[in-house]
Amino acid sequence: MSSVADSARGSGTGRSETGRHPALVHHFESLPAQKEAATLGMWVFLVTEVMFFGGLFLAYTVYRNLHFHAFVQSSRHLNLALGAVNTAVLICSSLTMAMGVHASALGRRRGTVAWLLLTVALGSVFLGIKAIEYKDKFDHHLVPGERFDAEELHLEGDEARQAQIFYALYFAMTGLHATHMVVGIPIILTVAGLAHRRRFSPEYHTPVELTGLYWHFVDIVWIFLFPLLYLIGRHH
Amino acid sequence: MSDSSERRIHSRSDLGGSANDHVVSPAVYVTVFAALVLLTGLTVFASTVNLGMWNTPVAVVIAVVKAALVVLFFMHVKYSSRLVWLALGGGMLWLLLIIAGAAADYLSRGWVGTPGS
Repeated sequence: MSSVADSARGSGTGRSETGRHPALVHHFESLPAQKEAATLGMWVFLVTEVMFFGGLFLAYTVYRNLHFHAFVQSSRHLNLALGAVNTAVLICSSLTMAMGVHASALGRRRGTVAWLLLTVALGSVFLGIKAIEYKDKFDHHLVPGERFDAEELHLEGDEARQAQIFYALYFAMTGLHATHMVVGIPIILTVAGLAHRRRFSPEYHTPVELTGLYWHFVDIVWIFLFPLLYLIGRHH
Repeated sequence: MSDSSERRIHSRSDLGGSANDHVVSPAVYVTVFAALVLLTGLTVFASTVNLGMWNTPVAVVIAVVKAALVVLFFMHVKYSSRLVWLALGGGMLWLLLIIAGAAADYLSRGWVGTPGS
């Protein structure tokens, strides 16, 4: 294992004496074959993530159909402006991530590091705005539980309980999404550190690419969360 | 732009047509980014218009288009091997199955009477 790590060191430039690329592990014939396997593995992981979030989207669909009025009233209390700004911030971070992968594919070390750090900054802005939104929900007693207060949503009785289902799904879905970002940021920082230490080259920059795939996936989840949670019944 | 628009840095690999070494031009990324921002504006606008039962389908279709843009260009699937397409397509199929199966139950419950009630 350590020999693999050792041989990967300095992979940005030369080849070993045997003519094999230092980043190429022994059980692969070529770097493209190794990269293809890694990419496929990442996609299989992302598909499991799709199914993970898919269950939540399914629960949302079912309860939204059962309790439509309560969902509309609850959704309108979400801050549309902050949600829209956060959507733009996350799309920006996907662009900067794509540019980071692009820079690493061309072997531009400084560009790679700069774009990745910008991605982390935008991801942090997203999480900061999310924290402001969460605090507002706590302040207004819109967190499911004993102290949940549906008065501001103009709901009572059964519908007040149904509003708790909306907010339970809101916190579960946006919380799971935010958790993925909290996980993603240190991964990006690690990859940026590796890029800074010249571990990547146009021939070998798979970690940058796979981190990009993960980050874009997180963006896609939000692309669905934003209209489904924030934009229900805005025209009523 | 001209020389790098879709330039490859490796020769075609020996993986049966895999082309995952494409380098996509930044111009493509910026175009996709602009489309994503426009579509976000469109979905916010569409939500303020009363389309009757079509508000939700419109929002979902816009989201699917945005997701497709991210997957094809930002995630390079457009330039990826058939194996990647297969993994992604398989995942989408199962997602549709789980949603369609549950929807077939919940959306049809009012259509026929329940015996004994």
